Amino acid sequence: MSPSQAASRKAARPGRDAVAAKGWLAAHKWLLRRRACQAGVLAAFLAGPWFGVWIVKGNLSSSLILDVLPLTDPYLLMQMLAAGFVPAATAVTGALILAAFYLLAGGRVFCAWVCPVNMITDAAGWLRRRLEIKAGHAPDARSRYWLLAGTLIAAAATGSLAWEWVNPVSIAHRGLLFGMGAGLWFLAAVFFYDLLVASRGWCGHLCPMGAFYGLLGKTALLRVAAPGRDACNDCMDCFAVCPEPQVIRPAVKKAGQESPVIRDALCTTCGRCIDVCGQRVFNLTHRFDQRSSS
Amino acid sequence: MNAAKPSERAGAPGMSRVSPARRKFLAGMAGAAGSGCLLAMGAGLYARQARGVPALALRPPGALPEDEFLAACTRCGLCVRDCPYDALRLAAPGDPVPTGTPYFIARDVPCEMCDDIPCLPNCPTGALDPKLTDIARARMGLAVLVDHETCLNFLGLRCDVCYRVCPAIGQAITLERQHNARSDRHAMLLPTVHSEHCTGCGKCEKACVLEEAAIRVLPFALARGRLGGHYRKGWEEREKHGGSLIGEQVELPVRGLEGKAYGDTRVDDAPPPAPGENPAGIDSRWKP
Repeated sequence: MSPSQAASRKAARPGRDAVAAKGWLAAHKWLLRRRACQAGVLAAFLAGPWFGVWIVKGNLSSSLILDVLPLTDPYLLMQMLAAGFVPAATAVTGALILAAFYLLAGGRVFCAWVCPVNMITDAAGWLRRRLEIKAGHAPDARSRYWLLAGTLIAAAATGSLAWEWVNPVSIAHRGLLFGMGAGLWFLAAVFFYDLLVASRGWCGHLCPMGAFYGLLGKTALLRVAAPGRDACNDCMDCFAVCPEPQVIRPAVKKAGQESPVIRDALCTTCGRCIDVCGQRVFNLTHRFDQRSSS
Repeated sequence: MNAAKPSERAGAPGMSRVSPARRKFLAGMAGAAGSGCLLAMGAGLYARQARGVPALALRPPGALPEDEFLAACTRCGLCVRDCPYDALRLAAPGDPVPTGTPYFIARDVPCEMCDDIPCLPNCPTGALDPKLTDIARARMGLAVLVDHETCLNFLGLRCDVCYRVCPAIGQAITLERQHNARSDRHAMLLPTVHSEHCTGCGKCEKACVLEEAAIRVLPFALARGRLGGHYRKGWEEREKHGGSLIGEQVELPVRGLEGKAYGDTRVDDAPPPAPGENPAGIDSRWKP
């Protein structure tokens, strides 16, 4: 096997070193926690319609927890305001609560820990690595901001929540709770787009919801950091699994910053880099943690 | 025209006013803008052409007018969850109703018009207007007896089911008696909807005994005509002003009716004039 072949084999199965160094469970700790969180959120929503246990009613667009706490997606509220409708206080309160939470936790925590589409695009990304599909072309990662602006303009132009007609995120979640209909086609389109056309194309380049939550993440307290960066052996496993690989370099390679904290708001705080690193470079910490093992 | 030949200029440093990095940035930005705007525009256009709601899909009680509703509804389904009769559902993609918005089909499950309107208070945005507190004032649509040829009451039978199930019995639907010209000896009792009382709950449509309902709840836009804004009803105006607005009219003689009160055109209450006799001067020979 030539060295380049070996490298591509390794990229197809990142995390092997970590399993060898830490054991399987420790090398999948954050992944398992994240899947548990996603499943838990879904289960909380499904417990009502399936078993009559109403922990939370509604869906990710708007919900009511234990019949008291209202939550509304702040991105949806933005679209609503753009469409020219000023909603009742409940929706505004709910959106402020969620916005405050994500300002502290990091906006894209939603993407990694809550969003149902994440499981689809993670599956597509995993399969793309395994099948070593290199073909395709990813659009510029800034497309999502244009799309975000476009969805707000479309809302203003049509006077309706135009994006919600096609938004795969709300279609996925609403579909699971209220009936999918032809929504499966939208989700299949996202899956095959990510698998065959663009690596991490939807979540990392296009999704306007992710772009919006990314903007919310500028002040996040919860962050992934690389305090053990001096132990980095350049195996590139973290780059292979990271849904936003460009966020890693500044922290690990001190590119433009001294701090080991990944500050880029686009980091989804999924923690997969912590898992797959055999050198224990990464940990989950707070924004102001400047500790570095060096 | 320099910018038109990037490849030449890239190889001539010093001549270039746009660095390759900047050019790459601009190209990337243009691509991003293009793809982003294209997707958003597609969504917008799809939303525009898909915004029509089929005639038989009705919004929950208190729903804002359709245009406003599509901006106000978060598509969260709290109203669906709170409906004790499971009448409401959320439109899935592919349904002919805008994705994610709540509706009900009266022929399947009509609105039961709960007194406390449970579907309404949890609506987070006010897409279902909280000012609606009396379900009798809900206007989800308007029942219309669309088919006079199959309605059993129009055939002279006494079905009356729509009239009997109506929650506003005797008000929203009344039975209007009419002579049955076919048998010439029976009455027909025709179900007649009155818009000032009909909430559009759809119980009449659900209960109609025909294979396809002869009475259906339609959205107002389909159910109602509209008078021109300048129309005035003479009898209403006269009442308002305590008399005719145009004053007394000039009374011109009507040939053949000179002996009668002005405007009385009845001809059969006077004995027919004897042959040769012509009290009014001219006999038009017209008979009703």
